[in-house]
Amino acid sequence: MLRYIVRRLIGAVFVVLIISLVTFGLQYLAYHVGGSPAYLFLGKAPSPEQVAAFEKQWGLDQPFYVQYLNYMKGIVTGRTLGDGTPGSEQACPAPCLGYSFQYHDTVTNLIKQAFPVTASLAIGAAILWLVSGVSIGVLSALKKGSIADRSAMVVALAGVSLPVYFTGLILLYVFVYWLHLFPPPKYTEFTENPLLWAQNLILPWVTIAFGTAALYARFTRANMLETLNEDYIRTATSKGLPRRTVIGKHALRSALTPVITIFGMDLGLLLGGAILTEKTFSLPGLGYLTVNAIARSDFQVVLGITIVAAMFIVVANLVVDVLYGVVDPRVRYE
Amino acid sequence: MTVTADAKGADLVGPDPAFLDVRDLVVHFPTDDGLVRSVDGLSFSVERGKTLGIVGESGSGKSVTSQAIMGLHNGTKAKLSGQILLEGQDILSLPDDEIRRLRGQKVAMIFQDPLSSLHPFFTIGSQIVEAYRVHNKVTKAVAKARAIDMLDRVGIPNAAKRYDDYPHQFSGGMRQRAMIAMALVCDPSLIIADEPTTALDVTVQAQILDLMLDIQREFNSAIIIITHDLGVVAEIADDVVVMYGGRCVETGDVREVFYDSEMPYTWGLLRSMPRLDRERKGRLDPIPGTPPSLINLPKGCVFAPRCQFKDKVGEPCRTERPGLDLIEGGHAVRCHIPHEERQRMWVEEIRPAL
Repeated sequence: MLRYIVRRLIGAVFVVLIISLVTFGLQYLAYHVGGSPAYLFLGKAPSPEQVAAFEKQWGLDQPFYVQYLNYMKGIVTGRTLGDGTPGSEQACPAPCLGYSFQYHDTVTNLIKQAFPVTASLAIGAAILWLVSGVSIGVLSALKKGSIADRSAMVVALAGVSLPVYFTGLILLYVFVYWLHLFPPPKYTEFTENPLLWAQNLILPWVTIAFGTAALYARFTRANMLETLNEDYIRTATSKGLPRRTVIGKHALRSALTPVITIFGMDLGLLLGGAILTEKTFSLPGLGYLTVNAIARSDFQVVLGITIVAAMFIVVANLVVDVLYGVVDPRVRYE
Repeated sequence: MTVTADAKGADLVGPDPAFLDVRDLVVHFPTDDGLVRSVDGLSFSVERGKTLGIVGESGSGKSVTSQAIMGLHNGTKAKLSGQILLEGQDILSLPDDEIRRLRGQKVAMIFQDPLSSLHPFFTIGSQIVEAYRVHNKVTKAVAKARAIDMLDRVGIPNAAKRYDDYPHQFSGGMRQRAMIAMALVCDPSLIIADEPTTALDVTVQAQILDLMLDIQREFNSAIIIITHDLGVVAEIADDVVVMYGGRCVETGDVREVFYDSEMPYTWGLLRSMPRLDRERKGRLDPIPGTPPSLINLPKGCVFAPRCQFKDKVGEPCRTERPGLDLIEGGHAVRCHIPHEERQRMWVEEIRPAL
């Protein structure tokens, strides 16, 4: 088991390395084809000399592999940006993910500020969609063919089909601007005021959870129906177990195991930033940061967030696989 | 006869009711394509200490019958009628909760495929403990001791250690033994075995059958064994019901059905069975055609379309349902061919060719 985890972790490092190389390459290309970040940093119409000086200062004149190695080294050891001329040094302690010419701050700092927002959004939404999706799915399966089941599945189909920017805008319009149930969303930190934190996040949570819960409801229902037809459910009934034990213990255990897999993956994905939802509700999370960085050609930020997001997904994958072995005794790790 | 049955019998006027008495059982499933007549007017009985074999092809209604006895059709769309009397009590008219108490405790079931019939995520031991504790108010420790004892009794070596194993860690034969241990943990008086050896190696089959007979002797339980394997039935059953198209086409004790067989379908089954003790005379002789659709049953004799002898009698075979006529003792046959003629055919044509 431990050997399996170590081996998977080494694999994970390689995956992240490849992703960083590809993303770094794209960033490098973007600056070479699309224009130097000097224009972002120096403001209106800098002279060619100024641009050249800037590129030298930030090491942008060096060959691709040197830049990449410097960048990777920065993640491990940290580095000092700038050419050493007084006043130009910019300390970037490990893990240094680059520097934002737009915000004049290290990418690591920007991510550190944005991550709690994204995490609040992701974790709250995840709990909401997991609980509602799974319970609707289970109930639907048990009442298969009933009016409740059919209506739940119609709503679920709508949930799967509607894009979050649509649901989000509708929710904003109805609950904020029409019914005035919530103030216009403004992110408040949990440590500052937990109540306000939750109040401001409810609509974004619902927005994300609606679509995902719909997916989970359909998935859980299908699993549950399949499980209920299994021979071992018939065995459990033949033993004389009450129906609630047959359903609650024997059927649920099997029906919910695959849900772990998609849940881990979805949560990992979401922790890398929910671009559309964050943008819709102006939440300053990783997704919001990404959109703004792309719009302003602030590619080091995109690069840093991509690496962090990739890491979340890779780790989520690993956690899911390990967890599966705990839940399903048939799974063995070699 | 057990003490309980005797005591009950004393209160009743008339003949002792059998331990299990199935009377005119009908199980129909309404579907979008029409009514599926899985079981139509089936009657049989079993006494304690006796074994009844139900034989037939897939789709002849064998398993549906066993599930009806377990009350497993409750809450489904199935339409049932008739009576299933267990010690004089009609299972079909019992409320759900009381049927649940019978399951596992009085009537236990052994299924065909032990791997898919055991829950993959729970240990063998915990599944047996669960079956015991649902009917017996005992502590976990007592139930565990009981489970280990049962595993030991069905011949699982190192039972205390295997208790914590999962089903996938057992071999096929061991799994079926565990399944039997689970079925027997509450000392049921009726055991229904639905193709208990079909998924097993031939060598293991014999062991499992032996085990079931041992258990029957020890507990004086009634066994219904459902199978398409005539060899298994001949070996362990006392009485036989041959089913075709949802009804009984021939029944009697094992000697009557297999050695004085009178129904063309039974002949077909006997002829399609490989024999090692005879000289090989070319290919096996399977019954032509396939079992009838249970939605559109043939008008006359259900077996007529596949019957080799349908021209012997002619018209009635295609237009009139034959009755299940008693010949002698408990031997009854559903066929339009006259009894004497059938006997002659069996002795002169069929038996010599087997």
